[in-house]
Amino acid sequence: MSYDVAVIGGGMVGTAIAYGCATRGARTVLLDQGDLSLRAARANAGLIYSQGKGEGLPAYAAWTRRSIDLWPDFAAMMEAASGRSIGFRQRGVIAYCLGHAELETRRALLHRMHNQSGGPAAPVHVIDRRELEAMLPDATLGPRVVGATYSPRDCDVNALPLLRALYAGFLQAEGVHLPECTVGRIAPVGTGFAITSDRDTVHAGKVVVACGLGIPALAPGVGLRAPVRPVRGQMIVTERLTPFLPIPGSGVRQIHEGVVQIGTTTEEGLTTPATTVGDLARMAARAVKVIPALAQARLVRSWAGIRPMTPDGCPIYQQSPEHPGAFVAVCHSGVTLCAAHTGPLAEAILAGTLPADVSDLHPDRFDAHAT
Amino acid sequence: MLTRPDDGKLTFTYDGRAVRARTGDSIAAALLAAGIQVTRATPVSGASRGPYCMMGACFECLAVVDGRPSVQTCMTEVRDGMRVERQDGARGLAVGA
Repeated sequence: MSYDVAVIGGGMVGTAIAYGCATRGARTVLLDQGDLSLRAARANAGLIYSQGKGEGLPAYAAWTRRSIDLWPDFAAMMEAASGRSIGFRQRGVIAYCLGHAELETRRALLHRMHNQSGGPAAPVHVIDRRELEAMLPDATLGPRVVGATYSPRDCDVNALPLLRALYAGFLQAEGVHLPECTVGRIAPVGTGFAITSDRDTVHAGKVVVACGLGIPALAPGVGLRAPVRPVRGQMIVTERLTPFLPIPGSGVRQIHEGVVQIGTTTEEGLTTPATTVGDLARMAARAVKVIPALAQARLVRSWAGIRPMTPDGCPIYQQSPEHPGAFVAVCHSGVTLCAAHTGPLAEAILAGTLPADVSDLHPDRFDAHAT
Repeated sequence: MLTRPDDGKLTFTYDGRAVRARTGDSIAAALLAAGIQVTRATPVSGASRGPYCMMGACFECLAVVDGRPSVQTCMTEVRDGMRVERQDGARGLAVGA
């Protein structure tokens, strides 16, 4: 079977690109593993979040800004595709600060982003405790909360209904989903590629390698590289509670259905998606320092996921110099960048190029010595 | 409707109605044995919910027990005189507590 585009990896990044290609009329196949694969989206906190993104790499800030600009219309398309809410809200995001040292660290980060070429990805302000209290009239803050940074254009969403909506939209656009297949090899054939999995061989004019931590095993075969390492994130959710936190926070977020989500951790070098009591306790303790009443909430579940991380934490996009038509895409913020992946990235890939916005997000940046 | 040869010596109330239980019964088991299948309404859609997994995993069987909300009735043993009430909507936190 022959396609215009084959996307390897049915997670948040690959499915977004596949959806973007299929809805633009390309015959697209999405090669995906099964329910036991790592699925970074499971450990995504669901924020569409700008704060601190792109420090030292202004292209990442600009790319994040572009995605946030696209998100409201994209969210409406996703809800239409799946016929159900994806929990999208544009209410801004709060990063709580416990103690003056934390607030000063955040203030310094904002200052550096402000002075960087292009500025931060989205507006962000330091707010004091009184302003925070006015924003959260139904919550009582812990005594150590001195203030926060607040980015009013940021949003939140439910990552799992979002992924489901991408699949629904992809299938409606006559995309072909091949689950339960592990790709072993990509071979250049003529002007296209033969992609061999344990299930089948498919042929495509273009191939996008977007399988997160599976990239290093596949990408070098077609002249692509994206150094990624695993990072574990643990999450906690409480029982459903009467809405009392109308604005999502980094680390503490009440989703629209009432559950409070706490997390996540960033643990290096772990590939087992297991939780640890110590980390869960630290996350819960911090949440209780922010909102003491959370101590009464019952924890319903905790889990862990494994997410890909690049050497500088910024996304990587590349088209193969030796085998044009082969692309790689990987990032840690698949939800924030989802709208940009379905839109400008997919459009450029179909045109046989990458968006000008991401030219600085090329893996060659890892060869240069930092100045 | 289940029938039991011996419906037990313990008594608790569910929304004021007396329910019999045997020593060692979970609240959920005793409710099901008495033909009561609904313990709450989900705050998402308002639809009825009741005991399902009976092993503490699904959190469907929540109810208010002796004034305490969101108790997993399948994981809580009946005590004589217990007061169990249907839980409608989400639980609020006592702000500032």
